[in-house]
Formats: sequence, C-alpha cells, structure tokens
Amino acid sequence: MSQIVLQAKGINKSFHDPITIQILKDINFTVNKGEFVSVIGKSGCGKSTLLYILSTMDTDFQGELLIDGESTKNKKEGQLALVRNEKIGFVFQFHYLLNEFSVLRNVMLPGLKLGKYSEEEVEHRAMQKLKILGIENEALKMANQLSGGQKQRVAIARALINDPLIIMGDEPTGNLDKKNGKIVFDIFQELAQEFKQTLLIVTHDNEFANSTDRIIEMEDGRIVKL
Amino acid sequence: MNFKLLLTIAKSLLLARWRQTLVAAIGVTFSITMFITLLSFMSGLNDLLDGLILNRTAHIKLFNEIKATKDQPIDLSDKFKSSYHFIHSIKPSNARQEIYNNGAILKALHSDKRVKGIAPKIIAQVFYNVGAIDITGVINGIDVEAENKLFFFNDYVTAGNYIDLLNVPNSIILGKGAAEKMLANIGDVIQITTPKGDRIQLKVVGFFQSGLVELDKVQSYCSLTTTQKLLGKSSNYITDIQVKLNDMTTAPVLAKEYANTFGIDAEDIQTANSQFETGSSIRTLISYAVGITLLIVAGFGIYNILNMMIYEKMDSIAILKATGFSGKDVNTIFVVIALSIGFFGGLVGLLFGFGLSSLIDQIPFNTASLPTIKTYPINYNPKFYTIGITFSLITTYFAGLFPARKASKIDPVVIIRGK
Repeated sequence: MSQIVLQAKGINKSFHDPITIQILKDINFTVNKGEFVSVIGKSGCGKSTLLYILSTMDTDFQGELLIDGESTKNKKEGQLALVRNEKIGFVFQFHYLLNEFSVLRNVMLPGLKLGKYSEEEVEHRAMQKLKILGIENEALKMANQLSGGQKQRVAIARALINDPLIIMGDEPTGNLDKKNGKIVFDIFQELAQEFKQTLLIVTHDNEFANSTDRIIEMEDGRIVKL
Repeated sequence: MNFKLLLTIAKSLLLARWRQTLVAAIGVTFSITMFITLLSFMSGLNDLLDGLILNRTAHIKLFNEIKATKDQPIDLSDKFKSSYHFIHSIKPSNARQEIYNNGAILKALHSDKRVKGIAPKIIAQVFYNVGAIDITGVINGIDVEAENKLFFFNDYVTAGNYIDLLNVPNSIILGKGAAEKMLANIGDVIQITTPKGDRIQLKVVGFFQSGLVELDKVQSYCSLTTTQKLLGKSSNYITDIQVKLNDMTTAPVLAKEYANTFGIDAEDIQTANSQFETGSSIRTLISYAVGITLLIVAGFGIYNILNMMIYEKMDSIAILKATGFSGKDVNTIFVVIALSIGFFGGLVGLLFGFGLSSLIDQIPFNTASLPTIKTYPINYNPKFYTIGITFSLITTYFAGLFPARKASKIDPVVIIRGK
C-alpha cells in the first residue's frame, strides 16, 4: 500500500450569508503519494471550495483534514502557514506573481521563508526549477514583463521550490489559450511521471481530466465518483 | 533569517511605489523639520528672556534690610509674657546697611560645595552733578572679576573695557541713559555728590546698557575700592553678597539656611522673580503642543497611504499568505514599511530642522534693549532631536499598526476566489 499524503474525513461546509447553504456534504477521500488526481464537476458544485479547505487556507469547516498524517484541526494560523509553506505548492487560475519582484525572486520567496537552505542554495534550486519549466532565460525579468503562459510556468516553479508533498491547482489552465494550456498540462504530466510528484488539480476541462491517473467527480457538494 | 526576508520584502514593496513612499516620507520630514525649528527657536527665545533675568540676578542675595527688629524689648520681658502687646509706630534703630562680619561669611560661602561663586557688592545712593542740576543715581560697587564671571558684566558694557574699572583709579562705567543726560564721553571726568555731601570726581571708562532703559538712566558701576573710598568706608565694607549656586532650584532652601546661619536677610531668585518661570514654562508647553500636533498630522498621512497601499497590494498579501507567510509576517512587513518611512523621513527632518534653525540663527535681530543679541536666538539642544526622532517613530508605528493588522487579517481565499 502506498503512502497516504492527504486524507479528507467527513468534511462538511456551509455558507451562512445571506442564507445557510450547505456547499460540501460529507466529503471522504484520500490522495496517495505520486498520484495525479483531477477533480471535475460543474461550476458551483463546490470543487474550488473543497480545494481551499484542503490547502488549509480555509479553516471554517466541519470534519477532519490530515496532511502527511497530521490533523490540521488544532493548529493555529501561523502553524498552518508553515504547513502550506513546507508541504503544499499552489497554482492558481490567475498566475498571482508579485509584480514588485523579479521572476527568480518570486520563485525563491517561499524557499527563503522556509529557511531550510541558504540564500545561495535557494537561488540555485530556483534556477533548476525554472530550467525544468524551460523559462530560465526569463529569470531576471520583472514578473509583469512575462506573457500569461510564462507567468503560469513561473507560478508552477514557485509551487515546486520547497519540494512539496503535494501540488494543488485551481484550474491552472483555465485562463490560458489552448497552446499554453497544453504546455502547462504537459509540465504537470512530466512532474507526475518523472519526479513522482503528487498532484491534485481542480478543472472543468474533461480532456485534461481524462489524461490523469484518477478522476474525482463532484456534483452538488458530494463526490459522485472516486 | 525570517526577519531579514521580511525586511527585503518590505523594501521591495516600498521601492515599487517610491513616489507614494516619498510623499509619506516628506510629510514626516516636514513635520520633524518644523518641530525641531520651532522648539529650537522658541527655546532659544526662552533662554534669552530667562537670561535677561537669570544672568544678572543672584540666586541668593544676602543683605541687611532696614527694618525694626523682630524681637522688641517688651517681648523679652518676663513680666508681660502672657499679655498681648499693643505697640505702634516702631522705628528701626540706627542700623547700618553694612553686612557685619562679612569676611567670615564670605569665607564660609567660599568653602560651601553647593555654591558656584560669590560676588560682594556695595549699593550707594549718589547724585550725578550736571552743571547746577543734581540727578539721583545709584552706584554699584562691584568685584569686577567676580561680577564678570558670574553675571556676564562684560556683555552689557557697550563701550570701553570693563577691566579698566580695576586698572584706572577712581573710574566709573556709566549707565547709557545717565551718560546721555550728562553728555559724558569716555575719558571725561564727571562729578558726583555722595549722601554725606562730599564731591568726588570720577573718570568715565565705559558705558553700560542693561536693556532696561529706566535702569540705565540711574545705574553706574565702580570697583569695590572706589565705592568704599567715595563713601568714606573701610575696605571691609559691603552691603550685599550675591551668591550663584550650582543648582538654582535649591535656592529657596539655601536662602533660609543662610538667613539662619548668618543672621541676615536672604532673598532667593524664585521669590524675587516668580513671574518669569511661569512665562517660560507656558511658552515651552505651547511649542511642544504645536510640534506634537504636526507629528500627529503626519501620522494620519502615513495611515492613509498605508491603507491605500494595502488595498493595492491585496493580491500580493493573499499570495504571500497562500505560499506560507503567516498573518504575523504580513503584519511585520507593514509595520516595517511604516517604521522605515518614519525613520528615514524623520532623519532627513532632523537634518532639515538643523539647517533651518541655523538659517534662522543667521537672521539679524537688533534691538536696543538687548545689546548682546545680534541674530535670532536658537537653542541647539540635542534633547529636541531625540524627542523628534522618537516621536516620529512612535507616530509612524501607530499609524502603521492598524493598516498592518488589517493586512494580516486578509483572507487569501476571498481575494483569490474573488477574481
């Protein structure tokens, strides 16, 4: 049996404003190490909400979330930030780079925050990641000088910098044209196959989903197919 | 390591919007500049006005008041001890103004550690003879060197050299007003009449200008020996002892002590000039109030700019949090931003404040009543600079604290999903 990276136990979540709507109903599933999992479902079925709970950014839910075998339940905000920093890499629909910094610096920031390596080492590692993604030539440009597809690749490099347990993506190809979307998808594929990186990607692109190891399908806040 | 990282992030955020940063810093710079200038100028003026009195007034004056003795003969009589005494029209006996046994008193004061210096003095009423007319006047017989050391006598001698009082026998330094009345120039010989009716000729070696016109019409200065000579007294005759203390605030206590020990009258500066202290403390209060108001206004400016910055940087804050920076880290970043605006703005403000006050120091300021003052007075007290930078840090810290707390509470999910 392979190692469980992420486990959701009976997760329920409701929005209370303006009226109470239960948005996630009894979510139970696990993600194993090295798996490439996609979550699909129609708009508003709760898949993004689920992803933000799994990423520890949203703590307002019932049930239990275990990351790397550790419950997130009684952790404080600062401790959760550490968990995110060390164990989770995140890729958003919009690239969300910091425009005040160079590409290289953007990739380095989470690594510097973790403080596991010296600054020189973090820089070296960041260059390696950029090389994997084929954008090492852009390293010294400012973040806002890149194209959309390049930005998304930088965001992936940033997600990789601390060698996270799992990379989560919220429609990472949703905002890209077909060509760039393909490039990003190929990168994920490569990460999964060559580096045995665990990936959990929310998407509504069925083509994308079909080429992953496992599809979790959601409908009206429930998992209908694991 | 972590803090250093936060510092570099704060620096990048600051420099990315350097115009905005500059505006905020200029606000702080301006208020610190004005704070320093205002306080230096006000306090310089205060010192000047205080100096008018303090420089020339003894902290304690020892003298013999002409008054009826406290212990009247009837009080000493056992016979009337239990009675109430009604006695009217008591007159002082034939008391002398001279301080008795002053040699011993001077010696005791010299060896007192609390005393900075002493200057004996004789006050003599005279008439200045101008042709057929006699003008009333006062001659102060002074110990020239001690008077200059303790009461800056030289500063008020506007013409001639003060030391000539010692070097030229039978010399006088005339008050400016008195000299004008007598049409006397330096080198002239004037004639005075003593209370006993003797006529004495004195050589004018200088003019004295105190700043108080009425005083200058009356007062003149001679050396102790000249005064003793013109009064026909021996060389141990003095009427006043002026005492300057190391610590002025102890004057009332010491005055009482000396009055008891030496059995003479003693008046302290606080009693003699109670009004001046009130004036200077209120002036100081007003200048501090204005200065601190300026700083608080600058604080609101920083608060506004940081608030705006946080709205602009919502995305960046969200992404920092998503990639593992805690609310505390974000808080630190924004407090560092505020503090560095306060620190650098304040530092430049200190320099500008120093520059502006030295500029004011160069502006000519001539007034007949203040002969020694040629430019506007400035007090370069380092205390103002310390207060200035401390306050700029404190106000910017609080101005940054509330926006920073807001930033630290930003929920990244709301921002990221809101797109």
